[in-house]
Amino acid sequence: MLFGYEWDLSSPLAFAISILPILLTGMVVTIQAALLGFAVALVLGLIWAVLKAAPSRLISWPAKVVTEFIRDTPLLVQLFFLYYVLPEYGIVLPAFMTGALALGIQYSAYTSEVYRAGLEAVGADQREAARAHNLSPARTFTHIIVPQAVPRIVPSMGNYLVSIMKDVPVLSVVTVLEMLNVAKIVGDRTFDYLVPLSMVGALYLIMTLVASTGVRLLDTWLPKQGIPLK
Amino acid sequence: MHWTEYFSPLMEGAWVTIQLTIYSTIFGAILAFAAGIGKLSSNWAIKAVSVAYIEVFRGTSLLVQLFWLYFALPIAGMAIGLDLRLPPVAAGVLALSLNIGAYGAEVVRGAIQSVHKDQHEAARALNFTPRQTLWNITIPQSIPEMMPSFGNLAVQNLKDTALVSLISLGDLAFRAEQIRNFTQDSTTIYSMLLVTYFGMALVLTAIMRGLEAYVSRWRVARS
Repeated sequence: MLFGYEWDLSSPLAFAISILPILLTGMVVTIQAALLGFAVALVLGLIWAVLKAAPSRLISWPAKVVTEFIRDTPLLVQLFFLYYVLPEYGIVLPAFMTGALALGIQYSAYTSEVYRAGLEAVGADQREAARAHNLSPARTFTHIIVPQAVPRIVPSMGNYLVSIMKDVPVLSVVTVLEMLNVAKIVGDRTFDYLVPLSMVGALYLIMTLVASTGVRLLDTWLPKQGIPLK
Repeated sequence: MHWTEYFSPLMEGAWVTIQLTIYSTIFGAILAFAAGIGKLSSNWAIKAVSVAYIEVFRGTSLLVQLFWLYFALPIAGMAIGLDLRLPPVAAGVLALSLNIGAYGAEVVRGAIQSVHKDQHEAARALNFTPRQTLWNITIPQSIPEMMPSFGNLAVQNLKDTALVSLISLGDLAFRAEQIRNFTQDSTTIYSMLLVTYFGMALVLTAIMRGLEAYVSRWRVARS
């Protein structure tokens, strides 16, 4: 029994159906962790992108080194680092929060590149035209550059959300009860790993399929010429 | 235990990680070419198998795949009367290569499709068979296109090898975890671990850049 649901071992099918609610409980945690991690990645990535674009090399260079370091080291190790090292300095976070933070930090290195590419993709002629119209740099940014960058940024960000979702099972190593961890526990108790783990695989396929279809729809729905910030 | 004593077990683990990365990158590349070319095949059966492989392994989490191969496959084997118990090394290399191969397959497919139509027409005009066109015209020209993405995937693969420590394979992350359990010196050991992975990734990036420069000679000047 787990989360108040009994399993039925009479046949593989009955077993699969009986553990579905247990796995769905885990799936909720998976989605929550992915969304929270994604939110951290969006904010932190923007900070990195701004720092990397700073005119002073004293600021941009360290930001580049840090993002490269984050990008080149495994999520698992970063997670261990946060989970075991932060408490030594008095920062004690619940496992779920640490996990979401690790996901967010890892993916901030990727999202910062998306921001950079999206902003750079807006042509220099647009900036020149804005200057010719005597727009202030701030208005150029908010009314010309950002609106045109958004349709370029959103689909890539969506793809990273799907990637984050696929990395959530790593959080199971710090005792987060996400879908894979729940399935593993069911397997440990019933000695049948085949059904729970296959179910997790199938549920993941459905999740990523739905999410990537959503991203594709969003991509077609977003007007290519841009979205005004109003 | 002084922190300098961490080096020798860590280096042992690093060697396992390097081997895992090399094997799974090579197998992954083979799978990537097979599935990437298969997805463009005119034979529907080959195409269906390639598409299914790519979708399943790109659509699920690597850790799920790894656990499935290590924990669930033996039970599936038992049901059909086969002994499919894999040692951790085999399960690790298999999961990593299958995973990275599926991502690589999309790169291969994209690069092959980016070869200009004129090249196909010229090959047909010269009476090349489809097979000759593929091997002698399309693939050599598409490899330079693939290299930057393959470089990223190789680093991705290196990072993913850390996950095999979860099926008790003695790689770098596993050794570090052992030392931490023994000494409780988390800050030092995990800092060393991060720096080691970073160093290995930098070396791997340099190697992939070298390969990229080497194959760029196959690039055909475009008119």
